[in-house]
Amino acid sequence: MEQLCNLLDVLCPMHLTLDRTGHIDHVGPTLAKLRPGEVIVGERFLEVFELRRPQAVTRMSDLMALAGNKLHLRFRDAPRTGLKGVLVPAPGGGGGAVIDLSFGISVVDAVRDHALTAADFAHTDLTIEMLYLVEAKSAAMEASRKLNQRLQGAKIAAEEQAFTDTLTGLKNRRAMDHVLARVAENGGRFALMHLDLDFFKAVNDTQGHAAGDHVLQEVARILVEETRREDTVARIGGDEFMLLFADRMTRRRLEDISRRLIARLERPIVHGEAECRISASIGIAMSEDYPDLDIARMQEDADIALYASKHNGRACHTFYDISLRNAPYVGAAPPGRGEVTLR
Amino acid sequence: MHGLINRAIQCFYRDTYGAAAWADLVRRLDLDFTEFEPMLQYECSLTYRMIDAMAAALGKDRDVVLEDIGTFLITNPAAEAPRRLLRFGGYTFLDFLHSLDDLPDRARLAVEDLVLPVLELREHGLNQFSLRCSGDPPGMGHVLVGVLRAMADDYGALVFLEHAGTVQGAEVIEITLIEAAFAEGRTFELGMARAEGT
Repeated sequence: MEQLCNLLDVLCPMHLTLDRTGHIDHVGPTLAKLRPGEVIVGERFLEVFELRRPQAVTRMSDLMALAGNKLHLRFRDAPRTGLKGVLVPAPGGGGGAVIDLSFGISVVDAVRDHALTAADFAHTDLTIEMLYLVEAKSAAMEASRKLNQRLQGAKIAAEEQAFTDTLTGLKNRRAMDHVLARVAENGGRFALMHLDLDFFKAVNDTQGHAAGDHVLQEVARILVEETRREDTVARIGGDEFMLLFADRMTRRRLEDISRRLIARLERPIVHGEAECRISASIGIAMSEDYPDLDIARMQEDADIALYASKHNGRACHTFYDISLRNAPYVGAAPPGRGEVTLR
Repeated sequence: MHGLINRAIQCFYRDTYGAAAWADLVRRLDLDFTEFEPMLQYECSLTYRMIDAMAAALGKDRDVVLEDIGTFLITNPAAEAPRRLLRFGGYTFLDFLHSLDDLPDRARLAVEDLVLPVLELREHGLNQFSLRCSGDPPGMGHVLVGVLRAMADDYGALVFLEHAGTVQGAEVIEITLIEAAFAEGRTFELGMARAEGT
């Protein structure tokens, strides 16, 4: 038996042997290291270890019946390291047994908790390679995670700096603010048209968001077609658009453009089998009406004019006039505005 | 060249000579970025230009810079991973030397697209070895000399190392193990993975 133990100490340093009464009579060097300063030789195996699977094993004869099966165990006292094991009857027919143990999946924690080194594992044991892999993969994952974080941050920053509305390809509000700031600086004349779709919410609600998105894309196409290259078209809200007409524009021309825009937008837009019907309300402010150009004020005025169009039954345009500010509906809830938020 | 290698070279220069020196090098190299990403691939020529620029800026021999990079890889306290991962190779310095043949495979297990030069250890006597290093990048032998010197220290072994030039396309490093347990060395516990991985 002693020869066997010497052999097993090298091959299976986490083994132990039991005598015929189920008491431990030899412990491999690594297993001994798990209980430093404690003598488990002489203790009853089932009092040191809890057999978690199979359960209800209380006697040595039960244990012997499990020979060759996979055992799940753990120490009864802390640290309650989980172990896997297998029992074989000791040679010689004396009724004893050899149990070899290993850490199983808890190996990373166990190695740390018990400060084990490479010398504690058999040379053929793959534990060291596994620990190497765990550590190497963790380091590689960490590097990848950081890269992903940086890329994510860069993507968000790029989106924040973007000037394009991704759904329609038009400029967005940010871009429009930049264009407005530039024309204000240059001091040239221009007109601002605030356009809000009518009945768009109904399309979204009844035909779904896909139809709504399709309508917005068609609207964008029409707005671009009906304007010149030097004009700016932006989607500034869910169904709100802002058009900037560069250079001097007469009221007459702006009226023509407004009527043509509304007429084209009122043509049914086909989406799948459905026909989507919308219209548009327009408010216009012209820079020549402002002795001291104030972009914010002009935007506000275009919005007031739009509001007037909505109030006048939609599907029409209104030029800003100071009298609109005293209209009886000012301050009331805007009809049909603000229903759709930018998705 | 793998970003991990470029990143390591960047860290070596920045941590040793300062952020201003690194910024200066970025300008010299006319890079359109300031940091290498460890998980991306870069043109090999960039790595060679970077090392040449470092040697020029420091007024040092290229080989010396390469060896310094190798030493830094192992001794840099901010990045324990290379030292720890190499220590998994063996319980003693001799074990470690014998594990070097597996090093490229080990590296590939960790990071699939990380290609390291082929290493071959030859034994010429009880304590006499030579390590052949072939493949890109050229000059990797000098980096290895730095790595081996630092690892010997780490194990507490006393060794004599010499880059013996290039023979039949492979760089050759002569290794004489004078005393395996010369000094205490640094401790290595297997189970540090979680504490350091975070």
